[in-house]
Amino acid sequence: MRAPGSRGAVSAAVIDVLLADPDAADGPLERLREATDGRAAADALLDEDLQLALFLLYEQHYTGMDAASERWEWDSRLIAARRTLERLHESELTARVTIPGTPEAEASAVAETLFALTTPTPGPSLARAVAADATADQLREFLILRSIYTLKEADPHSWGIPRLRGRPKAALVEVQSDEYGGGRPERVHATMFARAMRAAGLDDAYGAYLDAVPAATLASMNTMSMFGLHRRWIGALCGHLAAFEMTSSLPSRMVAKGVRRLGFGDEVAAYFDEHVEADAVHEQVAARDLAGGLAEQQPELVEDILFGAAACLLVDGLAAEHARLAWAEDRSALRDATVGV
Amino acid sequence: MPEAGWRGDGPGEIIVCPNGPLLVRGDVDLVDADGAPVERRRATVAVCRCGASAIKPWCDGSHKLMPRDEP
Repeated sequence: MRAPGSRGAVSAAVIDVLLADPDAADGPLERLREATDGRAAADALLDEDLQLALFLLYEQHYTGMDAASERWEWDSRLIAARRTLERLHESELTARVTIPGTPEAEASAVAETLFALTTPTPGPSLARAVAADATADQLREFLILRSIYTLKEADPHSWGIPRLRGRPKAALVEVQSDEYGGGRPERVHATMFARAMRAAGLDDAYGAYLDAVPAATLASMNTMSMFGLHRRWIGALCGHLAAFEMTSSLPSRMVAKGVRRLGFGDEVAAYFDEHVEADAVHEQVAARDLAGGLAEQQPELVEDILFGAAACLLVDGLAAEHARLAWAEDRSALRDATVGV
Repeated sequence: MPEAGWRGDGPGEIIVCPNGPLLVRGDVDLVDADGAPVERRRATVAVCRCGASAIKPWCDGSHKLMPRDEP
């Protein structure tokens, strides 16, 4: 991923550190400390500078940023800065997420609660807008916004695998194996999405549109990375995946409808068609065997499971509403309408 | 007693999901009314049980939009 433009003092300092030699980075690290110490955020989830900085720090654990030393991944000085920013993100999430009443630590009760939490709602939604009246440019914007997660689809949840055992582990591996194509590289979901982007005339390189993507979308990605990278959030990670899968099949069908209405062709539709079918399987496995199975093994995690599910709905809702409202006002949902489309 | 969630060691299984599809996992022959194999594109599939799916025989989540009927 190429280095993006900065969005404030913290993200500028993070980019400077990442581009520096870890053995000669005292200056940039000092500036990063100054930028993060005492940094507050009125609304951390919509703070462009904070979310970009956190995204870049997490990205060191995925495939990294071009020209950034791989040694930064486990550099304690950078991890310390990340922790400061994570606290802002985490406390905003904790303050805003409300969880429904806690069910018994029993698989079917947990699944039932998750299905109730993710019940489809009538009324305006981004997927309905794509189905009904989005323009071709808006559909491209939709793909661009999705690309931040979807070009590495499933990766953050894979961090949960070594932290689970027995039934929830088998469930997570079954879902992830399907996400990764069941052994067939051409069916890896991230690869199918890359194909969809190319077919829509977009660049499928990871991060190609990072500068155009607003904080709300980065907050969605960062929430997954935070749950995935911290063992203490394993319950939230599993709840997040369950909610994600449970809110995918029906919206994917609407998006596929919009793709066909706009004549984008089978390669773009194929990605969304696949998710109608796959996620109807995944949601059952994730709700019952992953989240439900984990709750039975570790009853103390029930609240975290629901927190993760509700956090998923909150941050993905913020990202979707950002785009839907922009379109409703005939504005671009991207930060810079000249980028990419 | 086996751990919760263990469902025996047969070659395949069909799980009846409450208010949801049939999950078919493992070595189970899926055929149409004429006995012709139904192509499976994934190891575990969800078979529609409510009749409302647009991609039958597979589930597409449409049961969530229907009145609930136990189990």
